[in-house]
Amino acid sequence: MQRHLISAADLTRDDAVLILDTAEEMARVADRPIKKLPTLRGRTVVNLFFEDSTRTRISFEAAEKRLSADVINFSAKGSSVSKGESLKDTAQTLEAMGVDAVVIRHGASGAPYRLATSDWIDAVVINAGDGTHQHPTQALLDAFTMRRRLVGRDAGLGQDLAGRRVTVVGDVLHSRVARSNVDLLHTLGAEVTLVAPPTLLPVGIESWPCEVSYDLDAALPKSDAVMMLRVQRERMNAAFFPTEREYSRRYGLDGDRMARMPEHAIVMHPGPMVRGMEITAEVADSPRCTVVEQVANGVSIRMAVLYLLLGGNEPAVTHTRTEEK
Amino acid sequence: MSKTLIRGARVLGGEPQDVLIDGETVAATARQGEIDWSGTGLGAEGAEVVEAGGKVLLPGLVDLHTHLREPGREDSETVLTGTRAAASGGYTAVFAMANTFPVADTAGVVEQVWRLGREHGYCDVRPIGAVTVGLEGRKLAELGAMHESAAGVTVFSDDGKCVDDAVIMRRALEYVKAFGGVVAQHAQEPRLTEGAQMNEGVVSAELGLGGWPAVAEESIIARDVLLAEHVGSRVHICHLSTAGSVEIVRWAKSRGIDVTAEVTPHHLLLTDEMVRTYDPVYKVNPPLRTERDVRALREALADGTIDIVATDHAPHPHEDKDCEWAAAAMGMVGLETALSVVQATMVDTGLLDWAGVADRMSLAPARIGRATGHGRPVSAGEPANLTLLDTAYRGQVDPAGFASRSRNTPYAGRELPGRVTHTWLRGKATLVDGKLT
Repeated sequence: MQRHLISAADLTRDDAVLILDTAEEMARVADRPIKKLPTLRGRTVVNLFFEDSTRTRISFEAAEKRLSADVINFSAKGSSVSKGESLKDTAQTLEAMGVDAVVIRHGASGAPYRLATSDWIDAVVINAGDGTHQHPTQALLDAFTMRRRLVGRDAGLGQDLAGRRVTVVGDVLHSRVARSNVDLLHTLGAEVTLVAPPTLLPVGIESWPCEVSYDLDAALPKSDAVMMLRVQRERMNAAFFPTEREYSRRYGLDGDRMARMPEHAIVMHPGPMVRGMEITAEVADSPRCTVVEQVANGVSIRMAVLYLLLGGNEPAVTHTRTEEK
Repeated sequence: MSKTLIRGARVLGGEPQDVLIDGETVAATARQGEIDWSGTGLGAEGAEVVEAGGKVLLPGLVDLHTHLREPGREDSETVLTGTRAAASGGYTAVFAMANTFPVADTAGVVEQVWRLGREHGYCDVRPIGAVTVGLEGRKLAELGAMHESAAGVTVFSDDGKCVDDAVIMRRALEYVKAFGGVVAQHAQEPRLTEGAQMNEGVVSAELGLGGWPAVAEESIIARDVLLAEHVGSRVHICHLSTAGSVEIVRWAKSRGIDVTAEVTPHHLLLTDEMVRTYDPVYKVNPPLRTERDVRALREALADGTIDIVATDHAPHPHEDKDCEWAAAAMGMVGLETALSVVQATMVDTGLLDWAGVADRMSLAPARIGRATGHGRPVSAGEPANLTLLDTAYRGQVDPAGFASRSRNTPYAGRELPGRVTHTWLRGKATLVDGKLT
């Protein structure tokens, strides 16, 4: 595995399966009365968030704390960044403080890559979402959720997602989640279909390792998992689609459409959901919808990533589990 | 008056010749060895001798598209540092773009820039006037006043911004006919390029960077050649970057429309694949395009569809490039590497000979910009604006050695052929053995 986690495309199949398997181990920690491991004791992790994201930040923070890391939260709002300080200066400041890892969320695509490849900082860089580029831990937690639901918690260990059919629906153009998922799911052997109005698919998508369709109803019966992406209402004003209602009718997931999915198929959403837009309340609240599980799995995945990138030669978590048994 | 004898230079890449400079003028040329210059009474007595040893002698290069940044952004370049960079690169005349602070939209500003160029004496500076006040695209600047000023402006451009209003563009094209001016259009449909960060295509889709579609350039070029045809004006297209633009210009020329076009060295060499590094040194406007576009641009420069190479030398301070992609400024320096890139992409590939290079980088740009005394043949009686190039040289580009105040070159560490060793501006050496005088 590479030293940083910048893009889901950087992960090999074996890297990805190792992360998923490690996350299963980490998930067991969450079932304990004391949800904490000493693995990252004395290591400092900064959550460097240049963009608002309470969910992802909290998820990383929970993961870091469960691994006993010292956690510093750095939010761009009200910080020196708003006074014109550059990413470089911020990075160098953190470097001077002896930070071991930087979890970065940034509005500019490529900012984490810059951080990792420049000489600004020596720490491990974990991409927590950059612009419309990548959000690798989201793709990992989605794959983890799919493997658990479609293959099985124990049966899934060591397994990929070969042959599973995943349909991703919505604003692919502006979605780092879609990009990360296409890369990772392809690596894991799944067949991905992207469904969106043509306006919300990027020019150049033909090179992606997936199918593209404008027809949601045709894709649903052939899906083991359907992932709905958030569609911001503001897109309507930039003529990406005529009205919210028309979008919902053509690309929203409601109860009738869900009924056309195979019985075992699940509904996923990276959150936050816009109920009534891409997903109805009926679907969002159904047992087939994995939104809440995805959140829980997110913590396990982020623990696994932090552990694998920072843990080094510390005792593996597997031992902890063996002791428990 | 000082005299210089250049011995054994391959003029335009031809057979070795001796070239005698007397004062500001080329006094005589002769096949090497044909004349024994000493004591012939030809006037070579006391001349400084430069042994060219088979280097290529070209007319001094003319850049129709340079950003000198002064006034306003002297932290990135000044007229002095920019003209020194130009002399280093073999240029004897540069056209300075109007997007300074304040904008070069009045006679006062263009005269200031012109005068600074004259005072420093490294390279003639021909200011370009803004088409519209403040480059805002709404109201014509005083084009006639800039033309009649000491600067004698003949080229007008809002470069950096497109004159996107069709009526303003039409009027500008018409108006400058009165004094033989030309409008140089930065072709970029603004609505299609909102938030644009790189060429729109396979790479932008993957990198999640806002796309700058080829059609945003091509639609403006198509409109403007039709406007030029309608009002009987000439129009110049800045930094043409796509295969589609080439087709449109080719079509326009076949119809007899008076259009000329330029291509930058970087668009002849680099593609949007470089953006995968997210290194803003590759961020430029118009953006780096695809391999297919690069091929089309080279062919078009070879067959004359594209008339000239212009650098779009765009200096930026280090901090404006040492950041994340979206926050970075657009542009690359180019004066000191242009000839090397053209040698690599056009000459060493067999697409263009040195006479062709002289045409694309000196004769044609001087003609388009009406730069009197530049872009002339290397023959007796002509102004001694000359560039001597060691074409056999191979070396890595080292930005630390640049004369430009800025270092934002995409070629750092890259091996490029050719090195300008001497430049003469009206007989006065501005560059000797690769060192500025």
